[in-house]
Amino acid sequence: MAANAEIIKVLICQGTGGMASGAAAVAEAFTEEFAKQGVEASVGKRCEVVGTGCRGLCANDVLVDIVLPGQTAVTYDFVTPEMVPQIVTEHVLGNEPVAKKVAGEYYTQFLAKQQRIIFSRCGTVNAESLDDFLAHQGFTGIKKAVTMKPAEVIDEVKRSGLRGRGGGGFPTGVKWSFCAASPGDEKYLICNADEGDPGAFMDRSVLEGDPYGLIEGMMIGAYAIGCKFAYVYVRAEYPLAIKRLQLAIDTCYAKGILGENCMGLGFQLDMRIKAGAGAFVCGEETALMASIEGHRGMSRPRPPFPAVRGLWGKPTNINNVETFANVSYIFYNGADWYASIGTEGTKGTKIFALTGKVKHTGLVEVPAGTTMKEVIYDVCGGILNNRKFKAVQAGGPSGGCLPAEALDAQVDYDSLIKAGAMMGSGGLVVMDETTCMVDIARFFLNFTRAESCGKCIPCRIGLKIMLEILERITHGEGQEGDLELLEDMAYDIKKSSLCGLGQTAPNPVLSTLRYFRHEYEAHIKEKRCPSNSCKPLLKFEVVDGACKKCGLCFRVCPVDAVRWEKGQLAVIDKEKCTQCTSCYDACRFMAIE
Amino acid sequence: MSNAAQSAAQEEIDLTGANQVIDKYQDMHGSLMPVLQGIQEHYGFIPEPTVHLVAERLNVYTSQIYGVLTFYAQFHLKPRGKYIVRVCMGTACHVKGATRIGDTLTEQLGIGHAETTEDLKFTAEYVACIGACGMAPVIMVNEATYGSMSVQKMVEVIDKYKAME
Repeated sequence: MAANAEIIKVLICQGTGGMASGAAAVAEAFTEEFAKQGVEASVGKRCEVVGTGCRGLCANDVLVDIVLPGQTAVTYDFVTPEMVPQIVTEHVLGNEPVAKKVAGEYYTQFLAKQQRIIFSRCGTVNAESLDDFLAHQGFTGIKKAVTMKPAEVIDEVKRSGLRGRGGGGFPTGVKWSFCAASPGDEKYLICNADEGDPGAFMDRSVLEGDPYGLIEGMMIGAYAIGCKFAYVYVRAEYPLAIKRLQLAIDTCYAKGILGENCMGLGFQLDMRIKAGAGAFVCGEETALMASIEGHRGMSRPRPPFPAVRGLWGKPTNINNVETFANVSYIFYNGADWYASIGTEGTKGTKIFALTGKVKHTGLVEVPAGTTMKEVIYDVCGGILNNRKFKAVQAGGPSGGCLPAEALDAQVDYDSLIKAGAMMGSGGLVVMDETTCMVDIARFFLNFTRAESCGKCIPCRIGLKIMLEILERITHGEGQEGDLELLEDMAYDIKKSSLCGLGQTAPNPVLSTLRYFRHEYEAHIKEKRCPSNSCKPLLKFEVVDGACKKCGLCFRVCPVDAVRWEKGQLAVIDKEKCTQCTSCYDACRFMAIE
Repeated sequence: MSNAAQSAAQEEIDLTGANQVIDKYQDMHGSLMPVLQGIQEHYGFIPEPTVHLVAERLNVYTSQIYGVLTFYAQFHLKPRGKYIVRVCMGTACHVKGATRIGDTLTEQLGIGHAETTEDLKFTAEYVACIGACGMAPVIMVNEATYGSMSVQKMVEVIDKYKAME
């Protein structure tokens, strides 16, 4: 910030999370308040309200940083427009931070174990400003890359040890060398920004917070491989990301950074956004290419791999958003620097999206090799409402659920696969004792079944049958032999499906069967859901011994079906009850069954 | 399909908008999806006559266009409500009780996933993750996002939109 020593900066998170919490109104309030109080004139410094990308702690949005000249930033959380006048008067004018509103100790802790490299620009620079990007190492990577031969660039990426961040973990440099070696002049580069895994939103955050960083990474890739045309396939559910990236691409064209002679560096690259239309399977590379060509997004068998025959039959290289973002930083700081971070098999940092029943939900960037326990407890503050941890679901619908015993697993590609999950795109959904693992398996299968493209039979029909079995079990109609049949089918589907969707779809079932078999058995043999979560198995009765008579259930019931008086046991009126399960969620003592 | 929706679909429609969209993308490699997306943006859904127009002008089979339209979740062949209520059914929202939010919507408006009320005011949509997992469970009404939903809050939000035009 030293370069801008004489400017007072107000940094406001304007990612989707921030915007949904009212960041636009807060930004407006700051601008208004500065004008109203005549701040610029009275302190003699320029005041700037900057909309930045996401800074991670989405649970506490709106987050605002006040940067006074020569001082470190002070962060406020849960900021509303009403708080703005006080902050301006006391902090900006009076130089005395409003202690009560400043983000607490947890924010320091949230950042302590993180190493924010890919996110170093998210949350500090104006996401829509090319000048801000240039002031923070922007485009120095590509300038360095063009001083090398394309083959040397690929070697540099190989040496860094970077592996694809989309989930598979294939070494990026090796992938590039395949496409570079394919004959022909017409080659395509694709950035896969079809981030469909429910519970993962780091790609969106990079697109919204650092779009130029992605463009730079893609330019390096295009130069190394020899591509003249690049697509960014963004899912349509991310309108803000599309808007910011389009703006960045337009600016790059206007400044000659993209086009016939990129930055005067002597290579050509055109770039276009392709908006998806709501199909999870399009995250699979062959389906994604079919979608760009204007067809149904259905996968096809490989080989031939895209590096040989890809988009419109031409050699094509596909990488994920986070991978390209990593590439930029490898060229800022060198492959050796990058390789010094992380573990033997997984280099660099990985971004995780923590959601579910964890205190501080949001985006976390940690060096590979950090343990799951550190991420959940140290960075994110542990479990919500001090309940008991049950499992963490890693890797989205293709991943698995890990129990407390597996929490010492390191977050890298190989350790997670050994534990029965996978890195996937990096979504971590934390579950507590009120989450039923059979229901979670059913939930994921319902998702993958609906998103199956329908081309190959194991995936289309196999998943449907597995789902039917799971639905029976959660309805209390499970039978002897169901679990064996589920396992049998899961292995068959994994082996015989055409693409990644089907090959990984049974994972949630297999991992929950491995670690939480007793829950399945309780559903089948005792017709009971140990987590009080499967609606058809609930009695809607208060348990006398467990009820602490606190009245929480009484307060949350939307239809006044709970009778309760201070110090009395709560009673649920079954006539009035609509079985919405609000009381189950509210009860801290698992006292309703 | 409701009566109101049916009569709306059968009305004569002005194809100028569709023609303009086709003009814009016609020469592009892989133009079908951008054309359909543009048409949907213009009309709010894909009216049947535009499908035939696209088939003729881009020289593709109607069946191929319907194949694409029915494959992707974001194309709609029927008119939709003024307020699109998207209930997020992603993992984080599911764990935090999205099912009861969806149930409340059905109780209040009588519509489930991909259904529209008779008066064309509300359309319900269950979506898989809108990327605001930090505030789960989440719903969106058109562009506005509402986080940390409870049954009570859901009723309030729906009442608010019911009272609006």
